[in-house]
Amino acid sequence: MKWLHKDLLDVSQLSRSEAMSLFDTAAHFQEINTRPVKKVPTLKGRSVVLFFAEPSTRTKTSFDVAAKRLSADSFSLAKSSSSLTKGETLKDTVLTLQAMAPDCIVMRHWCSGAAKFIADRLDCAVINAGDGRHAHPTQALLDGFTMFQEWGDLAGKTILILGDIKHSRVARSNVILLNKLGATVRMCAPRTLLPSTVRSWPVEVYSDLNEAVKGVNGIMCLRLQLERQKDGLLPDLREYACTYGLGPKHVELADKDVRIMHPGPMNRGVEINSELADCDRSLVLDQVANGVAMRMALLFLYMTRKGAEE
Amino acid sequence: MAKKKFDLIIRRAFLKGREVDVYVSKGVIAEIRDTQTEFDPEGAEVQDAFGLTMMPSMIDVHTHLREPGFEYKEDVESGLRAAAWGGFGAILCMANTNPVNDTAATTELMLEKARRHWPDGPRLVPIGALTKELKGEELAPMAELVRAGCGAFSNDGLPVKNTDLFRKAMEYASDWGKPVIDHCEDPFMAVGCGVNEGEVSDRLGLQGQPDMAEALQVSRDVLLAEYLDMHIHLAHISCRKSLDVIRQAKARGIRVTAETCPHYLILTEDYLEDPATQYSTLAKVNPPLRPEADRLAMIEALEDGTIDFLATDHAPHAAHEKEVEFDIAPCGISGLDTAFATTWGLVRDGVISEETFNRAWVTGPAETFELPCNRFEIGDPADFFLFDPEEEWEVCAATMQSKGKNTPLAGSVLKGRVKTHFLHGKKIV
Repeated sequence: MKWLHKDLLDVSQLSRSEAMSLFDTAAHFQEINTRPVKKVPTLKGRSVVLFFAEPSTRTKTSFDVAAKRLSADSFSLAKSSSSLTKGETLKDTVLTLQAMAPDCIVMRHWCSGAAKFIADRLDCAVINAGDGRHAHPTQALLDGFTMFQEWGDLAGKTILILGDIKHSRVARSNVILLNKLGATVRMCAPRTLLPSTVRSWPVEVYSDLNEAVKGVNGIMCLRLQLERQKDGLLPDLREYACTYGLGPKHVELADKDVRIMHPGPMNRGVEINSELADCDRSLVLDQVANGVAMRMALLFLYMTRKGAEE
Repeated sequence: MAKKKFDLIIRRAFLKGREVDVYVSKGVIAEIRDTQTEFDPEGAEVQDAFGLTMMPSMIDVHTHLREPGFEYKEDVESGLRAAAWGGFGAILCMANTNPVNDTAATTELMLEKARRHWPDGPRLVPIGALTKELKGEELAPMAELVRAGCGAFSNDGLPVKNTDLFRKAMEYASDWGKPVIDHCEDPFMAVGCGVNEGEVSDRLGLQGQPDMAEALQVSRDVLLAEYLDMHIHLAHISCRKSLDVIRQAKARGIRVTAETCPHYLILTEDYLEDPATQYSTLAKVNPPLRPEADRLAMIEALEDGTIDFLATDHAPHAAHEKEVEFDIAPCGISGLDTAFATTWGLVRDGVISEETFNRAWVTGPAETFELPCNRFEIGDPADFFLFDPEEEWEVCAATMQSKGKNTPLAGSVLKGRVKTHFLHGKKIV
């Protein structure tokens, strides 16, 4: 398959058929992760820079594992160890990195639009590993892939996204992708944690969690950033946990085969009951495992795309 | 030899729809005659303006010249040059320099720089800080600032949060007969910067600034102006909600005047979402660009007089300061170079009338800030420029006189170009 995109900035760039192709490719790489020797020479000699200007455990490790399993050389750079701390601009930092001729830069940054900013200035592929509140396309793709593996076609499925949607890049990218895949998306959060124009989004909006969960096939909990209380968006964590934390009683109201997801890291006892996080309905660890396969697929396609070969 | 009666004669210029010869004597308009075939210059300097349109020098009451302190962005000389080439004969510059313009020494430095670089150039009128260091804690020494040459007072980008102190600042300023200009922004609600709170900011994942933040402060100011029976001038109004408040205030006879900027008349928040310009910091401005409905409302308000006049909010920044992530880029658009062509374009397209244009850039600011202006009546100052209405030019670093090249119009082609500019009958461009 010829991959024409230079960069992955958000899932809005991808057509439904391209997303499905990514699922197929990820499924192929998934098999490699079950072998005793989990490594193929596909990207031997290619290099990936993992530039994380914001803390990350799972996304960064996931990309690192994905790159290594495809035999690419990966190099990590964190904000704390980069010249950004010396006042260097993002432009100069990434141009410096580019001068070392990587094939791909995977970047996480706390500013919305930062991935677009560097993609406009770099010749190599740029994969957005999360930019501010804007987008987290690889998370959305691994979430979509996980759901696709669970249910096949997503048409007719209803997914509830629960929690701090206003500040969530995961929610934004998932809404776009799930709509492309034909799912119905619901959102539930206090009004202070919903985008101001959420009523114009292609979603069903709820403030009552008991209503929101009725009959849904999947529930995606989002991490509550604990400082939101200081921002005046919540009275306190206890009230949030009692009102918007997902518990067993909510699951009873959902579809009998409901699946529970969380992009992590989880605040157990706040946005999700701890036992639910670990129960057999939970896909949390499947998401992590599928994340490696999806990122292998992405690195493979973006680093061997038309143009990258020339 | 005939006795010289005029110093300067502009021949064959288009003025208000007719071809005229304009006679200047001792820096003022002496005569305006229909162009005659028989012509005796009587020793005067003659400029043939065939094909050019004559326009009174414009006045910009809201610029940032950056000197002292940030001369790499702009200095008094480059700012005045941009003004002169932009068609402006007088500009008022804001106080957010370093040091802040809250002492006579800083005001005098600005005026001395202007005199040294442009002795006959555009008139510079510094705006003094309303509070010391713009901190919003203590009143600035306004009497001293007026004596040094300040023509108005404002905290501009750092509006006074404490309404009681702001009231006292208005009262104190009124003793010196100078307008107070307020940047209308509720400081607690306007936590976002550079993008309007709405669908675009939600999709882009940017912290937006709600139009309510502006309208709330407009309401506060209007109520204060009514209570104190004092004039207040509202800077760079950007949204429909504010216009509703201002319109009602004017209808009730409250002494409020308001300006908006060319960018709120020609651009919308959609610029920040267009694939070619997504997240462009060149359009990061405070207050932010608003939706199309607000843009149309601003045009209507300019036409009906709710908006009294225009100002550029010329905010030059160095290229490296804008070439950063959206969240950390400074707000501001460099506007002196493009203001004339963009707003004249609105006249050419029939969006606003020529009379409105004149009020917007000449008579409106002159009346509010008590500045002389040229209405092309006998005895008016011979402050005017000639422009080629047909000349097209591309907005780029090479065509801009300001040091600040930060404009979302970069790369676009504008029509209408200042060719020459006279102040008090002396050619400055």
